Amino acid sequence: MTRPYAMLAKRIIPCLDVKGGRVVKGVNFIGLRDAGDPVECAARYDAEGADELTFLDITASHEQRDIIFEIVSATANQAFMPLTVGGGVRREDDVRRLLKAGADKVSINTAAVSDPDFVGAAARRFGAQCIVVAVDARRRGGDLELATDGGGTDGRPAWAGTYPELLVDGASADGWEVYTHGGRRPTGIDVVKWCRRMEELGSGEILLTSMDRDGTKQGYDCHLTAAVSDAVGVPVIASGGVGNPGHMFEGFTKGKADAVLAASIFHYGEYTIAECKEYLVERGVTVRV
Amino acid sequence: MIAVVDYGMGNLRSVSKALERVGADTEVTADARTIERADAVVLPGVGAFARCMENLSQSGLEGPVREAAATKPFLGICVGMQILFEESEEFGRVAGLGILPGRVRRFDGAGGTLKVPHMGWNTIEKRGEPPLLAAVEEGARVYFVHSYYVEAGDPEIVAATTTYGSVVCSAAWRKNLFAVQFHPEKSQAVGLAILADFCRLAGAVGRPPA
Repeated sequence: MTRPYAMLAKRIIPCLDVKGGRVVKGVNFIGLRDAGDPVECAARYDAEGADELTFLDITASHEQRDIIFEIVSATANQAFMPLTVGGGVRREDDVRRLLKAGADKVSINTAAVSDPDFVGAAARRFGAQCIVVAVDARRRGGDLELATDGGGTDGRPAWAGTYPELLVDGASADGWEVYTHGGRRPTGIDVVKWCRRMEELGSGEILLTSMDRDGTKQGYDCHLTAAVSDAVGVPVIASGGVGNPGHMFEGFTKGKADAVLAASIFHYGEYTIAECKEYLVERGVTVRV
Repeated sequence: MIAVVDYGMGNLRSVSKALERVGADTEVTADARTIERADAVVLPGVGAFARCMENLSQSGLEGPVREAAATKPFLGICVGMQILFEESEEFGRVAGLGILPGRVRRFDGAGGTLKVPHMGWNTIEKRGEPPLLAAVEEGARVYFVHSYYVEAGDPEIVAATTTYGSVVCSAAWRKNLFAVQFHPEKSQAVGLAILADFCRLAGAVGRPPA
Protein backbone atom coordinates (compact mmCIF):
# COMPACT_ATOMS: atom_id res chain seq x y z
CA MET A 1 0.00 0.00 0.00
CA THR A 2 1.94 2.99 -1.15
CA ARG A 3 -1.01 5.21 -1.84
CA PRO A 4 -1.30 8.25 0.39
CA TYR A 5 -4.93 7.78 1.39
CA ALA A 6 -4.73 4.94 3.85
CA MET A 7 -7.68 6.38 5.70
CA LEU A 8 -10.21 5.62 2.99
CA ALA A 9 -11.49 2.08 3.52
CA LYS A 10 -11.43 -0.57 0.81
CA ARG A 11 -14.97 -1.61 0.06
CA ILE A 12 -16.65 -5.03 -0.03
CA ILE A 13 -19.74 -5.07 -2.22
CA PRO A 14 -22.15 -8.02 -2.38
CA CYS A 15 -23.93 -8.35 -5.72
CA LEU A 16 -27.42 -9.78 -6.10
CA ASP A 17 -28.58 -10.99 -9.50
CA VAL A 18 -32.27 -10.25 -9.86
CA LYS A 19 -34.56 -11.73 -12.50
CA GLY A 20 -38.24 -10.89 -12.72
CA GLY A 21 -38.13 -9.54 -9.18
CA ARG A 22 -36.47 -12.61 -7.68
CA VAL A 23 -32.90 -13.26 -6.61
CA VAL A 24 -31.31 -15.91 -8.77
CA LYS A 25 -28.10 -17.92 -8.31
CA GLY A 26 -29.68 -19.31 -5.13
CA VAL A 27 -29.02 -17.06 -2.22
CA ASN A 28 -28.86 -19.30 0.80
CA PHE A 29 -29.31 -17.20 3.89
CA ILE A 30 -30.32 -18.93 7.05
CA GLY A 31 -33.34 -17.48 8.74
CA LEU A 32 -34.78 -15.41 5.93
CA ARG A 33 -38.48 -15.85 5.42
CA ASP A 34 -37.98 -15.64 1.68
CA ALA A 35 -34.44 -16.10 0.42
CA GLY A 36 -35.54 -15.13 -3.08
CA ASP A 37 -36.74 -11.70 -2.01
CA PRO A 38 -34.12 -9.13 -3.01
CA VAL A 39 -35.35 -6.63 -0.42
CA GLU A 40 -34.88 -9.12 2.42
CA CYS A 41 -31.44 -10.11 1.11
CA ALA A 42 -30.46 -6.45 0.90
CA ALA A 43 -31.55 -5.89 4.50
CA ARG A 44 -29.45 -8.84 5.59
CA TYR A 45 -26.35 -7.54 3.83
CA ASP A 46 -26.99 -4.10 5.30
CA ALA A 47 -27.07 -5.64 8.79
CA GLU A 48 -23.95 -7.69 8.08
CA GLY A 49 -21.83 -4.65 7.30
CA ALA A 50 -21.69 -4.58 3.51
CA ASP A 51 -20.12 -1.30 2.38
CA GLU A 52 -22.43 -0.99 -0.61
CA LEU A 53 -24.86 -3.21 -2.42
CA THR A 54 -25.26 -3.92 -6.11
CA PHE A 55 -28.34 -5.25 -7.89
CA LEU A 56 -27.77 -6.67 -11.34
CA ASP A 57 -31.08 -6.97 -13.16
CA ILE A 58 -30.86 -9.85 -15.60
CA THR A 59 -34.55 -9.84 -16.49
CA ALA A 60 -34.87 -10.56 -20.19
CA SER A 61 -38.55 -10.02 -20.80
CA HIS A 62 -39.66 -6.50 -21.44
CA GLU A 63 -42.90 -6.77 -19.43
CA GLN A 64 -41.06 -7.59 -16.22
CA ARG A 65 -38.48 -4.86 -16.49
CA ASP A 66 -40.37 -2.39 -14.32
CA ILE A 67 -40.23 -4.70 -11.29
CA ILE A 68 -36.66 -3.58 -10.59
CA PHE A 69 -37.85 -0.04 -9.84
CA GLU A 70 -40.15 -1.33 -7.10
CA ILE A 71 -37.36 -3.43 -5.63
CA VAL A 72 -34.90 -0.54 -5.63
CA SER A 73 -37.45 1.70 -4.02
CA ALA A 74 -38.38 -0.84 -1.32
CA THR A 75 -34.69 -1.44 -0.60
CA ALA A 76 -33.81 2.24 -0.43
CA ASN A 77 -36.66 2.83 2.01
CA GLN A 78 -35.08 0.62 4.62
CA ALA A 79 -31.36 0.22 3.91
CA PHE A 80 -29.39 3.43 4.45
CA MET A 81 -26.35 2.41 2.43
CA PRO A 82 -25.12 3.06 -1.10
CA LEU A 83 -26.98 1.10 -3.75
CA THR A 84 -25.85 0.50 -7.34
CA VAL A 85 -28.21 -0.91 -9.96
CA GLY A 86 -27.25 -2.25 -13.37
CA GLY A 87 -28.56 -4.42 -16.14
CA GLY A 88 -30.42 -3.28 -19.23
CA VAL A 89 -29.68 0.42 -18.71
CA ARG A 90 -29.91 1.83 -22.23
CA ARG A 91 -31.45 5.30 -22.09
CA GLU A 92 -31.13 8.41 -19.98
CA ASP A 93 -34.65 7.79 -18.81
CA ASP A 94 -33.60 4.38 -17.38
CA VAL A 95 -30.92 6.19 -15.36
CA ARG A 96 -33.35 8.86 -14.22
CA ARG A 97 -35.96 6.34 -13.08
CA LEU A 98 -33.43 4.20 -11.19
CA LEU A 99 -32.00 7.22 -9.39
CA LYS A 100 -35.49 8.44 -8.59
CA ALA A 101 -36.39 5.03 -7.19
CA GLY A 102 -33.48 5.35 -4.78
CA ALA A 103 -30.38 4.01 -6.54
CA ASP A 104 -27.23 6.02 -5.80
CA LYS A 105 -25.30 4.75 -8.79
CA VAL A 106 -26.32 3.19 -12.07
CA SER A 107 -24.07 0.86 -14.00
CA ILE A 108 -23.96 0.85 -17.78
CA ASN A 109 -22.45 -2.00 -19.78
CA THR A 110 -23.60 -2.95 -23.29
CA ALA A 111 -25.15 0.47 -23.99
CA ALA A 112 -21.78 2.12 -23.35
CA VAL A 113 -20.21 -0.02 -26.07
CA SER A 114 -22.94 0.56 -28.62
CA ASP A 115 -23.04 4.30 -27.87
CA PRO A 116 -20.16 5.70 -25.78
CA ASP A 117 -21.71 9.18 -25.90
CA PHE A 118 -24.57 7.83 -23.79
CA VAL A 119 -22.09 7.63 -20.90
CA GLY A 120 -21.06 11.24 -21.48
CA ALA A 121 -24.64 12.46 -21.68
CA ALA A 122 -25.65 10.56 -18.54
CA ALA A 123 -22.62 11.84 -16.61
CA ARG A 124 -23.35 15.44 -17.62
CA ARG A 125 -27.01 15.18 -16.70
CA PHE A 126 -26.81 13.20 -13.46
CA GLY A 127 -23.20 13.71 -12.32
CA ALA A 128 -20.18 11.48 -12.82
CA GLN A 129 -20.48 10.24 -9.23
CA CYS A 130 -23.54 8.18 -10.08
CA ILE A 131 -22.38 6.69 -13.38
CA VAL A 132 -20.52 3.38 -13.19
CA VAL A 133 -19.33 1.75 -16.40
CA ALA A 134 -19.32 -2.05 -16.17
CA VAL A 135 -16.73 -3.73 -18.36
CA ASP A 136 -16.65 -7.46 -19.10
CA ALA A 137 -13.08 -8.37 -19.98
CA ARG A 138 -11.57 -11.49 -21.46
CA ARG A 139 -7.86 -12.18 -21.75
CA ARG A 140 -6.76 -12.23 -25.38
CA GLY A 141 -5.38 -15.47 -26.68
CA GLY A 142 -7.56 -17.20 -24.10
CA ASP A 143 -10.40 -19.60 -24.65
CA LEU A 144 -12.02 -18.19 -27.77
CA GLU A 145 -14.48 -21.07 -28.00
CA LEU A 146 -16.44 -19.26 -25.33
CA ALA A 147 -17.15 -16.56 -27.88
CA THR A 148 -20.31 -18.28 -29.03
CA ASP A 149 -21.41 -15.41 -31.19
CA GLY A 150 -18.74 -16.26 -33.68
CA GLY A 151 -15.65 -14.62 -32.23
CA GLY A 152 -13.63 -12.09 -34.15
CA THR A 153 -15.36 -8.83 -34.83
CA ASP A 154 -19.07 -9.71 -34.85
CA GLY A 155 -19.72 -7.63 -31.79
CA ARG A 156 -17.65 -4.68 -33.00
CA PRO A 157 -19.66 -1.50 -32.58
CA ALA A 158 -20.56 0.68 -35.54
CA TRP A 159 -18.21 3.46 -34.39
CA ALA A 160 -15.17 1.15 -34.27
CA GLY A 161 -13.80 2.35 -37.61
CA THR A 162 -13.87 5.95 -36.40
CA TYR A 163 -11.86 5.27 -33.25
CA PRO A 164 -9.20 2.72 -34.21
CA GLU A 165 -7.15 3.86 -31.21
CA LEU A 166 -9.61 2.10 -28.90
CA LEU A 167 -9.27 -1.30 -30.57
CA VAL A 168 -7.01 -4.17 -29.57
CA ASP A 169 -3.60 -4.32 -31.17
CA GLY A 170 -3.93 -6.97 -33.87
CA ALA A 171 -0.17 -7.46 -34.02
CA SER A 172 -0.03 -8.66 -30.43
CA ALA A 173 -1.87 -11.31 -28.42
CA ASP A 174 -1.43 -9.41 -25.16
CA GLY A 175 -4.02 -7.61 -23.16
CA TRP A 176 -7.75 -7.98 -22.65
CA GLU A 177 -10.73 -7.49 -24.91
CA VAL A 178 -14.13 -5.99 -24.03
CA TYR A 179 -17.04 -8.42 -24.37
CA THR A 180 -20.75 -7.71 -24.21
CA HIS A 181 -23.92 -9.80 -23.80
CA GLY A 182 -22.76 -11.53 -20.65
CA GLY A 183 -19.28 -12.22 -21.97
CA ARG A 184 -20.39 -13.95 -25.17
CA ARG A 185 -19.80 -11.26 -27.77
CA PRO A 186 -16.32 -9.89 -28.50
CA THR A 187 -16.12 -6.27 -29.55
CA GLY A 188 -12.54 -5.83 -30.73
CA ILE A 189 -12.10 -3.09 -28.09
CA ASP A 190 -9.07 -3.04 -25.81
CA VAL A 191 -10.09 -3.05 -22.14
CA VAL A 192 -7.48 -0.64 -20.79
CA LYS A 193 -7.98 1.90 -23.58
CA TRP A 194 -11.74 1.55 -23.19
CA CYS A 195 -11.66 2.21 -19.45
CA ARG A 196 -9.55 5.34 -20.03
CA ARG A 197 -12.05 6.55 -22.60
CA MET A 198 -14.96 5.90 -20.23
CA GLU A 199 -13.21 7.96 -17.56
CA GLU A 200 -12.76 10.82 -20.04
CA LEU A 201 -16.46 10.70 -20.89
CA GLY A 202 -17.39 11.02 -17.23
CA SER A 203 -17.69 7.57 -15.72
CA GLY A 204 -17.13 7.97 -11.99
CA GLU A 205 -16.16 4.37 -11.36
CA ILE A 206 -15.28 1.21 -13.31
CA LEU A 207 -16.82 -2.18 -12.45
CA LEU A 208 -14.36 -4.60 -14.02
CA THR A 209 -15.35 -8.25 -14.43
CA SER A 210 -12.95 -10.91 -15.61
CA MET A 211 -15.02 -13.28 -17.73
CA ASP A 212 -12.13 -15.77 -17.63
CA ARG A 213 -12.38 -15.96 -13.85
CA ASP A 214 -16.11 -15.44 -13.35
CA GLY A 215 -17.57 -18.47 -11.56
CA THR A 216 -14.20 -20.23 -11.19
CA LYS A 217 -13.42 -19.27 -7.57
CA GLN A 218 -9.76 -19.04 -8.57
CA GLY A 219 -9.46 -15.42 -7.56
CA TYR A 220 -9.76 -12.08 -9.31
CA ASP A 221 -7.64 -11.50 -12.41
CA CYS A 222 -5.19 -9.24 -10.57
CA HIS A 223 -3.11 -8.47 -13.67
CA LEU A 224 -6.19 -7.17 -15.42
CA THR A 225 -7.37 -5.23 -12.37
CA ALA A 226 -3.99 -3.62 -11.76
CA ALA A 227 -3.61 -2.72 -15.44
CA VAL A 228 -6.92 -0.85 -15.37
CA SER A 229 -6.45 0.65 -11.90
CA ASP A 230 -3.06 2.05 -12.92
CA ALA A 231 -4.48 3.44 -16.14
CA VAL A 232 -7.47 5.34 -14.75
CA GLY A 233 -7.91 7.96 -12.05
CA VAL A 234 -11.36 6.77 -10.94
CA PRO A 235 -12.03 3.94 -8.47
CA VAL A 236 -12.03 0.38 -9.83
CA ILE A 237 -14.16 -2.49 -8.51
CA ALA A 238 -12.68 -5.96 -9.08
CA SER A 239 -15.19 -8.66 -10.01
CA GLY A 240 -15.20 -12.28 -11.14
CA GLY A 241 -13.55 -15.28 -9.54
CA VAL A 242 -13.49 -14.61 -5.82
CA GLY A 243 -13.58 -17.80 -3.75
CA ASN A 244 -12.19 -16.76 -0.37
CA PRO A 245 -10.98 -13.74 1.65
CA GLY A 246 -7.42 -14.34 0.42
CA HIS A 247 -8.62 -13.48 -3.07
CA MET A 248 -9.98 -10.19 -1.77
CA PHE A 249 -6.63 -9.43 -0.18
CA GLU A 250 -4.92 -10.09 -3.52
CA GLY A 251 -7.50 -7.98 -5.35
CA PHE A 252 -6.74 -5.01 -3.10
CA THR A 253 -2.96 -5.46 -3.05
CA LYS A 254 -1.79 -7.07 -6.31
CA GLY A 255 -4.88 -5.91 -8.20
CA LYS A 256 -4.83 -2.38 -6.70
CA ALA A 257 -8.63 -2.47 -6.57
CA ASP A 258 -10.55 0.14 -4.60
CA ALA A 259 -13.45 -2.23 -4.00
CA VAL A 260 -14.27 -5.90 -4.56
CA LEU A 261 -17.55 -7.38 -5.72
CA ALA A 262 -18.62 -10.82 -4.52
CA ALA A 263 -21.71 -12.91 -5.03
CA SER A 264 -21.74 -16.64 -4.37
CA ILE A 265 -19.27 -16.77 -1.48
CA PHE A 266 -21.67 -14.60 0.51
CA HIS A 267 -24.91 -15.93 -0.91
CA TYR A 268 -24.11 -19.52 -0.01
CA GLY A 269 -22.87 -18.55 3.42
CA GLU A 270 -19.31 -19.75 2.74
CA TYR A 271 -17.96 -16.60 4.32
CA THR A 272 -19.58 -13.69 6.08
CA ILE A 273 -18.61 -10.11 5.32
CA ALA A 274 -17.30 -9.81 8.88
CA GLU A 275 -14.99 -12.81 8.38
CA CYS A 276 -13.61 -11.29 5.20
CA LYS A 277 -13.01 -7.97 6.92
CA GLU A 278 -11.33 -9.63 9.89
CA TYR A 279 -8.99 -11.45 7.51
CA LEU A 280 -8.17 -8.19 5.71
CA VAL A 281 -7.62 -6.20 8.92
CA GLU A 282 -5.14 -8.83 10.17
CA ARG A 283 -3.16 -8.28 6.99
CA GLY A 284 -3.12 -4.53 7.22
CA VAL A 285 -5.85 -3.60 4.72
CA THR A 286 -8.00 -0.65 5.82
CA VAL A 287 -11.65 -1.66 5.87
CA ARG A 288 -14.70 -0.40 7.72
CA VAL A 289 -15.40 -2.59 10.74
CA MET B 1 -41.50 19.68 10.55
CA ILE B 2 -38.21 19.41 8.68
CA ALA B 3 -38.28 20.66 5.09
CA VAL B 4 -36.06 18.89 2.56
CA VAL B 5 -35.52 21.38 -0.24
CA ASP B 6 -36.42 19.97 -3.66
CA TYR B 7 -34.78 22.10 -6.34
CA GLY B 8 -34.42 19.41 -8.96
CA MET B 9 -31.01 18.20 -7.88
CA GLY B 10 -31.11 14.48 -7.46
CA ASN B 11 -32.51 11.94 -5.18
CA LEU B 12 -34.18 13.37 -2.10
CA ARG B 13 -35.90 10.17 -1.21
CA SER B 14 -32.99 8.72 0.79
CA VAL B 15 -32.66 11.91 2.82
CA SER B 16 -36.35 12.12 3.65
CA LYS B 17 -36.62 8.39 4.41
CA ALA B 18 -33.62 8.56 6.72
CA LEU B 19 -35.10 11.57 8.57
CA GLU B 20 -38.38 9.72 8.91
CA ARG B 21 -36.54 6.68 10.24
CA VAL B 22 -35.15 8.76 13.11
CA GLY B 23 -38.59 10.05 13.92
CA ALA B 24 -38.81 13.38 12.14
CA ASP B 25 -41.91 14.74 10.50
CA THR B 26 -40.43 15.45 7.06
CA GLU B 27 -41.66 17.23 3.97
CA VAL B 28 -39.89 17.20 0.60
CA THR B 29 -40.80 20.57 -0.82
CA ALA B 30 -40.26 23.08 -3.60
CA ASP B 31 -42.57 25.55 -1.91
CA ALA B 32 -41.17 28.74 -0.36
CA ARG B 33 -43.89 28.98 2.30
CA THR B 34 -43.26 25.41 3.46
CA ILE B 35 -39.58 26.25 3.90
CA GLU B 36 -40.55 29.41 5.79
CA ARG B 37 -42.77 27.60 8.27
CA ALA B 38 -40.43 24.59 8.74
CA ASP B 39 -38.72 24.10 12.11
CA ALA B 40 -35.54 23.11 10.29
CA VAL B 41 -34.30 22.83 6.72
CA VAL B 42 -32.16 20.26 4.92
CA LEU B 43 -30.48 21.22 1.65
CA PRO B 44 -29.25 18.14 -0.26
CA GLY B 45 -27.39 18.31 -3.56
CA VAL B 46 -25.61 16.08 -6.03
CA GLY B 47 -23.91 16.60 -9.37
CA ALA B 48 -22.45 19.84 -10.59
CA PHE B 49 -22.05 22.92 -8.35
CA ALA B 50 -23.04 25.30 -11.16
CA ARG B 51 -26.16 23.32 -11.95
CA CYS B 52 -27.16 23.30 -8.27
CA MET B 53 -26.74 27.08 -8.04
CA GLU B 54 -28.64 27.61 -11.28
CA ASN B 55 -31.52 25.35 -10.24
CA LEU B 56 -31.73 26.91 -6.79
CA SER B 57 -31.94 30.38 -8.25
CA GLN B 58 -34.44 29.40 -10.97
CA SER B 59 -36.64 27.57 -8.48
CA GLY B 60 -37.16 30.83 -6.63
CA LEU B 61 -35.99 29.13 -3.43
CA GLU B 62 -32.71 30.95 -2.99
CA GLY B 63 -34.29 33.65 -0.80
CA PRO B 64 -36.11 31.23 1.54
CA VAL B 65 -32.97 29.05 1.75
CA ARG B 66 -30.82 32.07 2.70
CA GLU B 67 -33.39 33.12 5.25
CA ALA B 68 -33.53 29.61 6.75
CA ALA B 69 -29.74 29.33 6.86
CA ALA B 70 -29.64 32.54 8.88
CA THR B 71 -32.43 31.78 11.29
CA LYS B 72 -33.16 28.09 11.95
CA PRO B 73 -31.44 24.71 12.23
CA PHE B 74 -30.11 24.08 8.77
CA LEU B 75 -28.16 21.17 7.28
CA GLY B 76 -26.43 21.20 3.88
CA ILE B 77 -25.38 17.81 2.50
CA CYS B 78 -22.66 17.16 -0.12
CA VAL B 79 -23.08 19.78 -2.90
CA GLY B 80 -25.73 21.26 -0.59
CA MET B 81 -22.78 21.99 1.72
CA GLN B 82 -20.52 23.27 -1.03
CA ILE B 83 -22.92 25.88 -2.41
CA LEU B 84 -23.10 27.55 1.03
CA PHE B 85 -19.54 28.77 0.40
CA GLU B 86 -18.29 31.64 -1.73
CA GLU B 87 -17.20 30.03 -4.95
CA SER B 88 -16.20 26.84 -6.73
CA GLU B 89 -13.45 26.24 -9.23
CA GLU B 90 -15.63 23.73 -11.06
CA PHE B 91 -15.68 24.80 -14.75
CA GLY B 92 -13.74 28.00 -14.19
CA ARG B 93 -15.23 29.94 -11.33
CA VAL B 94 -18.81 29.80 -10.16
CA ALA B 95 -20.23 31.90 -7.34
CA GLY B 96 -21.91 30.12 -4.44
CA LEU B 97 -24.31 31.52 -1.87
CA GLY B 98 -21.42 32.98 0.12
CA ILE B 99 -23.10 32.28 3.46
CA LEU B 100 -19.92 30.67 4.79
CA PRO B 101 -16.38 31.85 4.01
CA GLY B 102 -14.28 29.61 1.81
CA ARG B 103 -14.06 28.04 -1.60
CA VAL B 104 -14.60 24.70 -3.28
CA ARG B 105 -11.64 23.06 -4.96
CA ARG B 106 -11.05 19.93 -7.00
CA PHE B 107 -9.08 17.04 -5.57
CA ASP B 108 -5.69 16.91 -7.19
CA GLY B 109 -5.28 13.32 -8.40
CA ALA B 110 -1.61 13.45 -7.37
CA GLY B 111 -0.45 12.06 -10.69
CA GLY B 112 -2.98 9.24 -10.68
CA THR B 113 -2.17 7.95 -7.20
CA LEU B 114 -5.27 9.52 -5.66
CA LYS B 115 -8.53 8.20 -7.08
CA VAL B 116 -11.13 10.88 -7.80
CA PRO B 117 -14.04 10.85 -6.89
CA HIS B 118 -13.20 10.29 -3.25
CA MET B 119 -15.66 7.42 -2.97
CA GLY B 120 -16.34 5.23 0.03
CA TRP B 121 -16.11 5.12 3.81
CA ASN B 122 -13.67 7.45 5.48
CA THR B 123 -13.15 8.71 9.03
CA ILE B 124 -13.91 12.20 10.31
CA GLU B 125 -11.91 13.98 12.94
CA LYS B 126 -13.96 16.39 15.00
CA ARG B 127 -12.75 19.88 15.84
CA GLY B 128 -14.13 20.86 19.20
CA GLU B 129 -17.54 19.50 20.14
CA PRO B 130 -19.93 20.12 17.25
CA PRO B 131 -23.39 19.13 18.55
CA LEU B 132 -24.33 17.62 15.18
CA LEU B 133 -21.52 15.08 15.51
CA ALA B 134 -22.00 14.26 19.19
CA ALA B 135 -22.78 10.62 18.37
CA VAL B 136 -19.73 10.13 16.13
CA GLU B 137 -17.05 8.20 17.96
CA GLU B 138 -13.40 8.30 17.09
CA GLY B 139 -12.65 6.11 14.09
CA ALA B 140 -16.28 5.92 12.95
CA ARG B 141 -16.66 5.94 9.18
CA VAL B 142 -19.13 7.79 6.99
CA TYR B 143 -19.82 7.54 3.26
CA PHE B 144 -18.34 10.07 0.84
CA VAL B 145 -18.79 10.57 -2.91
CA HIS B 146 -17.26 13.78 -4.21
CA SER B 147 -14.60 15.18 -6.51
CA TYR B 148 -14.54 18.69 -5.01
CA TYR B 149 -13.96 19.67 -1.40
CA VAL B 150 -14.40 22.74 0.79
CA GLU B 151 -11.42 24.83 1.75
CA ALA B 152 -12.84 26.81 4.65
CA GLY B 153 -11.90 30.50 4.79
CA ASP B 154 -12.19 30.57 8.58
CA PRO B 155 -10.84 27.75 10.79
CA GLU B 156 -13.54 28.57 13.34
CA ILE B 157 -16.27 27.06 11.17
CA VAL B 158 -14.53 23.71 10.63
CA ALA B 159 -16.48 21.08 12.57
CA ALA B 160 -14.58 18.06 11.25
CA THR B 161 -11.79 17.17 8.86
CA THR B 162 -11.08 14.12 6.72
CA THR B 163 -7.79 13.01 5.23
CA TYR B 164 -7.79 12.19 1.55
CA GLY B 165 -4.55 13.18 -0.09
CA SER B 166 -4.68 16.29 2.05
CA VAL B 167 -6.74 17.25 5.08
CA VAL B 168 -10.09 18.65 3.94
CA CYS B 169 -13.11 20.16 5.69
CA SER B 170 -15.72 17.39 5.90
CA ALA B 171 -18.16 19.23 8.20
CA ALA B 172 -18.78 22.90 8.94
CA TRP B 173 -20.72 24.57 11.72
CA ARG B 174 -21.67 28.13 12.64
CA LYS B 175 -24.44 28.67 15.16
CA ASN B 176 -27.60 27.14 13.65
CA LEU B 177 -25.93 26.24 10.39
CA PHE B 178 -24.47 22.79 9.77
CA ALA B 179 -23.00 21.32 6.63
CA VAL B 180 -21.51 17.91 5.86
CA GLN B 181 -19.60 16.73 2.82
CA PHE B 182 -20.47 13.08 3.45
CA HIS B 183 -23.88 11.46 3.10
CA PRO B 184 -25.42 10.77 6.53
CA GLU B 185 -28.42 9.21 4.75
CA LYS B 186 -26.08 6.61 3.26
CA SER B 187 -23.89 6.06 6.30
CA GLN B 188 -25.97 3.38 8.02
CA ALA B 189 -26.17 3.60 11.85
CA VAL B 190 -23.59 6.41 12.19
CA GLY B 191 -25.43 8.52 9.64
CA LEU B 192 -28.81 7.95 11.24
CA ALA B 193 -27.37 8.97 14.61
CA ILE B 194 -26.15 12.25 13.08
CA LEU B 195 -29.57 12.91 11.55
CA ALA B 196 -31.23 12.06 14.86
CA ASP B 197 -29.04 14.69 16.56
CA PHE B 198 -29.96 17.21 13.89
CA CYS B 199 -33.62 16.49 14.56
CA ARG B 200 -33.06 16.94 18.29
CA LEU B 201 -31.32 20.28 17.66
CA ALA B 202 -34.30 21.24 15.57
CA GLY B 203 -36.70 20.14 18.29
CA ALA B 204 -38.38 18.14 15.59
CA VAL B 205 -38.36 14.61 16.87
CA GLY B 206 -41.88 13.30 16.62
CA ARG B 207 -41.38 9.74 17.73
CA PRO B 208 -38.50 7.49 18.76
CA PRO B 209 -36.58 5.75 15.97
CA ALA B 210 -38.04 2.43 14.85
